Amino acid sequence: MIQLQQLHKSYQVQGKTIPALLGIDLSIDKGEIYGIIGHSGAGKSTLIRCINLLERPTSGQVVVDGVDLTKLDDSKLQEKRRQIGMIFQHFNLLSSATVGENVAFPLKLANRSKAEIQKKVDELLKLVGLEAHRDKYPSQLSGGQKQRVGIARALANDPKVLLCDEATSALDPQTTNSILALLLDINRKLGLTIVLITHEMHVIRSICDRVGVIDGGKIVESGEVLDVFLKPQHPTTQEFVEQVADSSELREAVAHEKAAGNRTIARVTFLGEKTYQPILFQTMQETGTVFSILQGTISRMKDTPYGQLVVELEGDVRQNEKTIETLRQRGLEVEVI
Amino acid sequence: MDWTLENVDWSEIAEGTIDTLTMLGFSTLFTILIGLPLGIILFLTSRGQLLQNQVFYAIASFVVNILRSVPFIILMILLIPVTKVIVGTSLGVLGAIPPLVIGAAPFFARLVETSLREVDRGVIEAAQSMGASNWQIIWNVLLPESRPGLVAGITITTVALVSYTAMSGVIGGGGLGDLAIRYGYQRFQTDVMIVTVIILLVLVQILQSLGDRLVMRFSRK
Repeated sequence: MIQLQQLHKSYQVQGKTIPALLGIDLSIDKGEIYGIIGHSGAGKSTLIRCINLLERPTSGQVVVDGVDLTKLDDSKLQEKRRQIGMIFQHFNLLSSATVGENVAFPLKLANRSKAEIQKKVDELLKLVGLEAHRDKYPSQLSGGQKQRVGIARALANDPKVLLCDEATSALDPQTTNSILALLLDINRKLGLTIVLITHEMHVIRSICDRVGVIDGGKIVESGEVLDVFLKPQHPTTQEFVEQVADSSELREAVAHEKAAGNRTIARVTFLGEKTYQPILFQTMQETGTVFSILQGTISRMKDTPYGQLVVELEGDVRQNEKTIETLRQRGLEVEVI
Repeated sequence: MDWTLENVDWSEIAEGTIDTLTMLGFSTLFTILIGLPLGIILFLTSRGQLLQNQVFYAIASFVVNILRSVPFIILMILLIPVTKVIVGTSLGVLGAIPPLVIGAAPFFARLVETSLREVDRGVIEAAQSMGASNWQIIWNVLLPESRPGLVAGITITTVALVSYTAMSGVIGGGGLGDLAIRYGYQRFQTDVMIVTVIILLVLVQILQSLGDRLVMRFSRK
């Protein structure tokens, strides 16, 4: 649905050239939720703004639904942008217009008839659960409600793509979850392709199918969310994984145990239905190995259950090797730390 | 001091008031018609905006500053030939309107530019992301979003125009200012002066509170 090819963007600030994006290649499929995670200043905001050309890339191609946007003239681009909805961190609603008028706004821009607008606004307000707030002004709404208006507005022209620019970063955790649930819901109901940028791992883990990690204007790692986050390769990715997996505490525990003697410590990863099976227990029992758990997570990434346990095997070297071998045979991933 | 109002010719006062209101009405109207687009153009061509054009902005801004820095009473005299070309006379109510507009429009344009700057940049960006054209952004985003500021700007300009209309009495512009100068100043009829000042004062109060009320009504923040 979206292909970015060799995207470069640099800014001219006081005669100096400041690079923001350094050759981004990205392909996003129809109907998926693609997350881009990065620290502030990594270029993620510039990247998402390049997808609808709010920022014009210095070079490279932006192909959305088969059309290279960089080659369109102004009026063609305006037409094309109607197929690309966007929501923002600070909502960016018209403060002088009611909820209903805000949602109607893109339809008015597209010169739709009054009856058509009325019908569509009803439908959208129902979708985001704001029927009762139609005549309120944005200043009378909570942050979560404002973002719902933003979402309804972004969906008004039946876009094929929805861009989310830090859409939950200004919201509290509970509201964040309700907005994420809404995004996932419209992704499924409408088959909408969603691209979101965030600095929160939680957002990626909750709803994204695939993820790209951006650092210093480059995508440093990308793939299925599960793969990237269970086996992070790049230091930046590892940092983000630590946001949700207290790795620093683990490091201390491992160091403490290692100092105590020659122990085997392994990270065991479960995926899918294996997460809920007693594979670890059975294997340990068969090989007669005593073990203790130093740290563990059993959770979900979007719909996939996964577990990651760091265990210390207290058997002798040969016994431990056999245990690890057996665990691997049974489909678990084992990494000796 | 004479407090008996013996010199006050009420029919002349009434005529002067009507003249002042006529000048005020037309000059406010034309000031808005010229100043609003000028303010919008100043805003749009300024740095970082939709039609950024530094050369154009620098020139427009320079002209506006010149017109604003010439004291109105001098501008009025300088403009006499121009006024004659535009309305055929430099006297009376008709002759007062062009200098009033040329004096006030650049001032109002700056107020418009300042109010438009207050519009959240993100909202403009959101409209762009929805495929709005520049015209649509001006009509549907910039103007409605800055409405309270624009109304406040119109109020300030109208009040300023009240004192400008009084000044235009110096070059024979008619109205209450003319009365105050001819009777109050030149013939030492203080009572006429006081009556005209009171009427102007009431006029300014009415305009200001009307403007404030409208601003309140349009404010949604």
